[in-house]
Amino acid sequence: MGIFPEIPVAEWITAATEGIQEGLKPIFTFIREDFGDFIEVFAEDWLMNVPIWLFIVVIAVLAFFASGKKFGLVAFTVIGLWFVANQGLWEELMNTFTLVIFASLISVIIGVPFGIWMAKSKPVENILTPVLDFMQTMPAFVYLIPAVAFFGIGMVPGVFASVIFATPPTVRFTNLGIRQVSGELIEASDAFGTTGTQKLFKVQLPMAKKTIMAGINQTVMLALSMVVIASMIGAKGLGQTVITALQRAQVGPGFVAGFGIVILAIIIDRFTQNLNTQRGDNP
Amino acid sequence: MPVIDVKDLSKIFGKNAKKATKYLDEGMSKEEILKKTGNTVGVNRATFSVEAGEIFVIMGLSGSGKSTLVRLVNRLIEPTEGSVTIDGEDLSQMDKKALREVRRRKLSMVFQRFALFPHRTIVENAEFGLEVQNIDKDERRKKASESLEMVGLGDYMNQFPGQLSGGMQQRVGLARALANDPEVLLMDEAFSALDPLIRKEMQDELIALQQKMKKTILFITHDLDEALRIGDRIALMKDGKIVQIGTPEEILINPANDYVERFVEDVDRSKVLTAEHIMKRPETVDIEKHGPRTALERMRKEGLSSIYVTDADRNLKGYVTADDVAEAAGKEEKTLKNILRTEVVQVSRETTMHEIFDVIHDAKVPVAVVDNEKLEGIIVRGAVIAALSGSEVNLNGDIS
Repeated sequence: MGIFPEIPVAEWITAATEGIQEGLKPIFTFIREDFGDFIEVFAEDWLMNVPIWLFIVVIAVLAFFASGKKFGLVAFTVIGLWFVANQGLWEELMNTFTLVIFASLISVIIGVPFGIWMAKSKPVENILTPVLDFMQTMPAFVYLIPAVAFFGIGMVPGVFASVIFATPPTVRFTNLGIRQVSGELIEASDAFGTTGTQKLFKVQLPMAKKTIMAGINQTVMLALSMVVIASMIGAKGLGQTVITALQRAQVGPGFVAGFGIVILAIIIDRFTQNLNTQRGDNP
Repeated sequence: MPVIDVKDLSKIFGKNAKKATKYLDEGMSKEEILKKTGNTVGVNRATFSVEAGEIFVIMGLSGSGKSTLVRLVNRLIEPTEGSVTIDGEDLSQMDKKALREVRRRKLSMVFQRFALFPHRTIVENAEFGLEVQNIDKDERRKKASESLEMVGLGDYMNQFPGQLSGGMQQRVGLARALANDPEVLLMDEAFSALDPLIRKEMQDELIALQQKMKKTILFITHDLDEALRIGDRIALMKDGKIVQIGTPEEILINPANDYVERFVEDVDRSKVLTAEHIMKRPETVDIEKHGPRTALERMRKEGLSSIYVTDADRNLKGYVTADDVAEAAGKEEKTLKNILRTEVVQVSRETTMHEIFDVIHDAKVPVAVVDNEKLEGIIVRGAVIAALSGSEVNLNGDIS
């Protein structure tokens, strides 16, 4: 090893993780049990109890309005969802949907305020930018390890890992959107005597809405891409089917479950994109 | 007491700005300071005051510091030195909260590129200043609508800015600024982004609105014609310094230095100079006292081919020509009444030379400048041409 002894980075991280695990045990337990129960209730008692046909009709109607009263998305939604049900993967789809919804919601709830903070302060931006880079480039599998340490196995660590992986685009795009608001509009706002909060809610956020929504769309897509990885630590859903197929070398079932994920991805993507319209845009 | 009072206001951009102010005091130029310290002088000890109801124009080319100056007035940019007093309150000493109050109630701003909020409808834009003050919805809608009516956009309330032309958007900008009834209007190159025809229309409208509103307006422009058109007084800026302050006429007629002189060289004087500047004191005869002989005598002495006729109070009655007078004198007539011609071309003191062109070319006698029916002066063709060519014109109308 020569002059420099090996630096025990791995030991430090393990120690730190254990420290956090011990220190925040009550919080982790609460999240694992109560939040975990809630997710389970949401997926199994609510979503899965809705008759499949009703679920498809509701989504189709929403698609009709979300896409500006066109039928393309409606047709895709109906056929896609029917196909998944037909393949006997409905429960898996509902679990995956639940994981994506919760991971995305938490990401947005955390990401938007951080994005705002970053936009308002240059030092915060300087600190957060490398942190976000780190979060996005670190292989997603790595997050599974502390996730299991903190939350055991199941949906909750899956959501946790997905949140870490999926939050950065929302933070980045919120920051970008706010910083992109033209200087003259900010001056106009200041010239009329707005407080910081008024400026944020009346000018900056509405103006940044499109960019923020693009970030949220990215976040949702990243959360979806975590589905298979999260199922390695016991998150239920289509990912689990894929993993099982992989372990047994079953090409057919693997692809069918994969199709299910693609269908869900396309539906969610089109929904979030179509909702992304801004007042005052020229048609 | 002036509404806006600016004293020794300076802005130096860059680090160690305070140090650079010392060099300013030593009288160093903008370039020297830039070389020495790396700091840019934005505004160099500007001092001026604007009276209530006045349109004060700050005029300069790009880079002269005029946009910085207007932002120093409402402290969108923090001054390095000096003070800005609005209505007796010193803005530079205020904390954020007090400053916000002044911006909300006393100062409104109109921007070069309109700076309308694209996600808000026209009426929502117009009520922005009131909304910020937390005035309740019905009341602010009412005020915003009135303000929009005033600029002629009452029918567009629920459109979005993107649906309106540039001229209309700037009307919204103006309505937004007027809605919270400020004392002071800061207009930063407000019409510069508009095409020439619309710009002229907006200038006229601003002047018309100002007749009613009597706001105190600080107007920034790079367009000298615009400055001369709408300004009660004009401050000319160069390299962050105010070079001259004066009425449009003063600046045209007595440029303070070579820079101003070169600047005003190309001005279309015909739009600025008025009858007052080029008229001469008229030779007249009194219709009650004087007869043809006196008239003939005066015309001979002055070398005139016609002469104006007034009464004892200088009320204009008409004119007589040399030929008619000679004939009447020959017939031994006692008064001028029979040969008096009354089809006189009249203008007022404020008529611009531009408009005088239209009437002078087919006038047979010098144009009469009339105020309240009294004859104030006359304009001969030679004076018009001399004034246009930029010859020295002084206020009593002699041409040198």
